[in-house]
Amino acid sequence: MADTPNPIPGMIRGMSVTWKTLFTKPVTVNYPKVKEEPHPRARGVIALDQDACTVCMLCARSCPDWCIYIEGHKEEQEPSKPGGRVRVRAELDRFDIDYALCMYCGICVEVCPFDALFWSPEYEYGEQEMGELLHRKEKLQDWLETVPDAPALES
Amino acid sequence: MLDAQAMAQISETSVAVELETSDMTLNIGPQHPSTHGVLRLVAKVDGEVITDVRPILGYMHRGYEKISEVRTYPQVIALINRIDWTSGYANEIPFVVAAERLMGIEVPERAQWIRLILTEMTRISAHLLFMGSFPLELGATTPLMFALRDRERVLDVLESVTGGRFHPNFNRIGGIKPAAGAGKEQKKLTQDLPAGFFTETEAAMDGVIASTDQLEKLLRKNEIFVARTKGIGVLPPEVALSYGVTGPNLRASGVPYDLRNETDYLPYDQVDFEIPVGTEGDSFDRWWVRLAEIRQSANIVKQAIQKVPSGPLQAKVPKIIKVPKGETYVRAEVPKGVMGYYLVSEGGQGPYRVKIRTASFSNLSMLPWILEGVIVPDLLAVMGSLDFVLGDVDR
Amino acid sequence: MMPIWLALAKVLLAFVVGLGVVVLLVWFERKIVSDLQNRIGPNRAGPFGILQTVADGLKLFFKEQITPSRVERFVFELAPFLAVVPALMLFLVVPIARPIEITLDGAPYLLSFAALDINVGLLFALAMSSIAVYAIVLAGWSSGSKYPLIGGVRGSAQAISYEAAMGLSMVAVVMWVTTLPGVTDMGAMSVNEIVLRQQGTFFPDLLALSWIPQWNLIPQFPAFVIFMIAIFAETNRAPFDLVEAEQEIVAGFNTEYSGMRFAMFFLAEYLNMFTMSALAVSLFLGGWGGPFLDTIDGWAATALSFGYFLFKTGLVLFLFVWVRATLPRFRYDQLMQLGWKRLIPTALLWLILTTLVVSFREFGAPWA
Repeated sequence: MADTPNPIPGMIRGMSVTWKTLFTKPVTVNYPKVKEEPHPRARGVIALDQDACTVCMLCARSCPDWCIYIEGHKEEQEPSKPGGRVRVRAELDRFDIDYALCMYCGICVEVCPFDALFWSPEYEYGEQEMGELLHRKEKLQDWLETVPDAPALES
Repeated sequence: MLDAQAMAQISETSVAVELETSDMTLNIGPQHPSTHGVLRLVAKVDGEVITDVRPILGYMHRGYEKISEVRTYPQVIALINRIDWTSGYANEIPFVVAAERLMGIEVPERAQWIRLILTEMTRISAHLLFMGSFPLELGATTPLMFALRDRERVLDVLESVTGGRFHPNFNRIGGIKPAAGAGKEQKKLTQDLPAGFFTETEAAMDGVIASTDQLEKLLRKNEIFVARTKGIGVLPPEVALSYGVTGPNLRASGVPYDLRNETDYLPYDQVDFEIPVGTEGDSFDRWWVRLAEIRQSANIVKQAIQKVPSGPLQAKVPKIIKVPKGETYVRAEVPKGVMGYYLVSEGGQGPYRVKIRTASFSNLSMLPWILEGVIVPDLLAVMGSLDFVLGDVDR
Repeated sequence: MMPIWLALAKVLLAFVVGLGVVVLLVWFERKIVSDLQNRIGPNRAGPFGILQTVADGLKLFFKEQITPSRVERFVFELAPFLAVVPALMLFLVVPIARPIEITLDGAPYLLSFAALDINVGLLFALAMSSIAVYAIVLAGWSSGSKYPLIGGVRGSAQAISYEAAMGLSMVAVVMWVTTLPGVTDMGAMSVNEIVLRQQGTFFPDLLALSWIPQWNLIPQFPAFVIFMIAIFAETNRAPFDLVEAEQEIVAGFNTEYSGMRFAMFFLAEYLNMFTMSALAVSLFLGGWGGPFLDTIDGWAATALSFGYFLFKTGLVLFLFVWVRATLPRFRYDQLMQLGWKRLIPTALLWLILTTLVVSFREFGAPWA
C-alpha cells in the first residue's frame, strides 16, 4: 500500500453507496408528528393498582436505588356479621415513585405478590422540573389505564 | 572586536541552544470529544511523536464491586447492565452463570438458547456502534448513520422481548425473566417470548448482513480510510497476550482466542461459526475483524433460531435467592472481550464479594505501549479502533 | 465609464445573490446530507425546514459573544470580518448572467453581470482567497488556546499548498482560452472573458456533434480535476476539513468564538464554498451558458442564463455535499503529501502539455 492515497477508485464505490441511499426512504420517525407504537413489554412507566396494594413494602425493599416511598396505616374494619372477628386492613397513605431515581429495572413489578404494580409502555412524561418526576399514587393509578394486555406468545 | 574563533564558538553555542528542544505535555481529555467518555491522557509529545502516555482513569468510577456487596442478587443483575452500556445483556450472563453454578442449578435448555440469541444480538449492536463511531473519528459521518439505523432494528427486537433497549435486565438466576410484560395478568400467565419474535429476528439479521455489505463497500477499499488505518497502531500478538488484551482486539492480532469456543457457559458448541482473525494487528484489522464478527453473530443467531427447543424458561428456584457458601469465577466472551466475575458467597441474599474483570480495562492497559511512537494525528485512529467504553474501564 | 449608481447596484446584486444563496446552501447541505444518510433532516422551520438557517442565524444573533480573557482582543475581533469580506469580494468577479445591451444616457451600453469586470479577475480571485487564510490564522492565533492554534496552523499550511495547485490549473485554462482559434487579444484573465469564450460549440460544422458545448471542461479535464480537489482544500471542506476536525482539535480555529462572530465564520465557509463553485462553473463549465440562449433575447435571456448559472453551481455544490457525506478525513501529513507530491507535479505536467498544444496552435502546428 502506497503511503500517499490515490483518490479515485475505492472512493467512487463508496460514493455510489451514498448515491443509492439518496433515493431510499428515510428511516427516521418524525417524532412528535408520527409516534412509534411502543412494544407492549417496553418498560415505560410503572402503574399502581391502589386497591390491590396491601402495603407489604416488598417493592420498596427490593428497589435497588430506593426510589419507592410507601406509608400506610392499619384500619379496623367492621366484622362482616355481628359478633364476628374484627378485621385489620392496611390502608395506603402514600405511594410515590421518584422517576428521577428509578432505573427501570422492574424488580418491584416482579416481586409484588398481589399484582398491584404493572409496566406500561407509556413514555411521554418528561417534566421541566426534576421534582415533578415524583409521581404520587393518584398519578400512578392513572397510568393503569395505559397498561396493555399481555402480548401473544411464541409457542 | 572578536576573532574568528570566538565568533565560531558563539555561533555554535547559539545553534546548540536553539536545537535544545523539550518535550511538550499534551493533556487530552477528560472532556475531549473522542475519548469515548471521560478518559484523560497525559501525553509527552516530541514534535508530532508521542513519547510517553499516561492514561488517567477513574473519572467514571461508580463502585460496582462495592455496591454489589450490599445488594441482593436480583438487584445486582440490574446494576451490572450498566457496566458496559453498549452490551448490557451480555454483561449479565457471566454473573448469572456464576451464581447458578454455586447453587447447582441446571438452566432449562430453552432459556440457554434464548440467552445465546440475545447475547449475539447484543454483540451485533455493540459492534455496529463501533462500525459507526470509528469512521466518525476519522471524519466520515455516513457510516455512523447507517450503523445506527441497523442497530436500531436489533435493539427494537431486543426491546420487544426484554422490555429494555440498553438495559434488558432479562436474566434471572435459574433462567430468564419470569414475568416480562404480562400486561394486566402478570402472575397468572406463563411467560415466554412474544409471538413473531423469531421471524422478526430473522428479518433483522438479514438486514444486519445487508448493512455490513453496505458498510464494507463504503469503507473497505476507500483510499483515505485505508491510508488512515493500515499499518497504524500495530499490536503484535505476543504483546497483546502479555497485556491481557482480549476480544476482537486480540483476534485482530492473529490469535484465534474466543471464549465461545473454550468454555461452556452457553451452548455455543452446537452452532457453526468461524472466528475471524486479522493478520497485521493494525487499526484496519481491528475494524475488519469486528465487521466479520457481525456477520458471524448474525449467522449464529439464524442457526440458533432453528434450534430453540420448547420447554420452561426457568428452573425451580426459591423465591428468595440465597447462594450457598463458596466461590467461583466465570468468564464470558462479551462484545469487548473477556468479562469475568469472581463471585464469593457467604450464603447470604447478596454476594459477599464480587471482583469484576472487564474487557475494556485490560484492553486499555496497553495504551501506553501502543501509543508510544505514534504521531498525534494517528492518536484517534488507534484509540478509536480499540473500542473501549469508559464505564467498562472504571466500573 | 460606469456611473456610480450602477456600480453600487451591481455590488448590491452580488451581495444579495451571495448571501441569499448561502442561506439556502446551508439548508441544502443539511437536507442532502440527511438524504444521503437515510435521515429526514431539518423539517420544522418553514416548509421542508427551509427557514432553518434563518432560525439558526437568529439564535446566534441573540447569543452572547464570549471573549475569553486570554485572547488578543483586536485581532480576535477582526478575524471574523477578514473571513467574510474576502469571500464576498471574490464573488464580485464572477459573472452570474449573460451581459445585456442597454441604453445608458442615450448611448448603448453592454451591461455585464460581474460586479467587478476587471481584466485581472483571476488574479484578484486568487488574492482574495489568499487573504481569507489570514482569517483562519489570526483567529487561531489570537484565541490564546491550543486547539485553535493547531487549527490555524493547519489551515494556513493547507491553503498555501493547495493554492499553488489551484493557480497552476487556472494558468492552464487561461492559456487555453487565450489562444482559441479566432481570438486575437490576450485579455483572458477576466472571468467574464473566459466565460464568453466558452460559448459556442466545438464542432459547429458537424451536425451530429454540434450540441457539444465549447466548455473548458473537455479539453482541460485534468485541470478541472485538480481545480476541484484544490477548492475542496481551499474551502476546508471534507475530506480536507482538518482545520476544524472536531474529533481531533475540537472545533479548530473557531473553538473560542461564539454568537455572531462564530456565525460570520460559518457564513464565510459557506460563502467560500459558493464562490469557489461559481468560479469552477465559470472557468470550466461555461458559466451562465446553456442551450436556447440564442433563440430568445433581452431580459428573458439574462434570466435564463442566471438560471443556468445557478443550476450548474448547484451541481458543483451537490458534489461538495456528496463528498462530505461519504469520505473520511485525511491525516495532516497525507494531505500535504497529496498536495505537494501528487497535485502540484500533475498540475505542472499538465501545464507543460497545454503549453505545447497552445504553442503549436499559435505557431501553426499541422493539426491545431
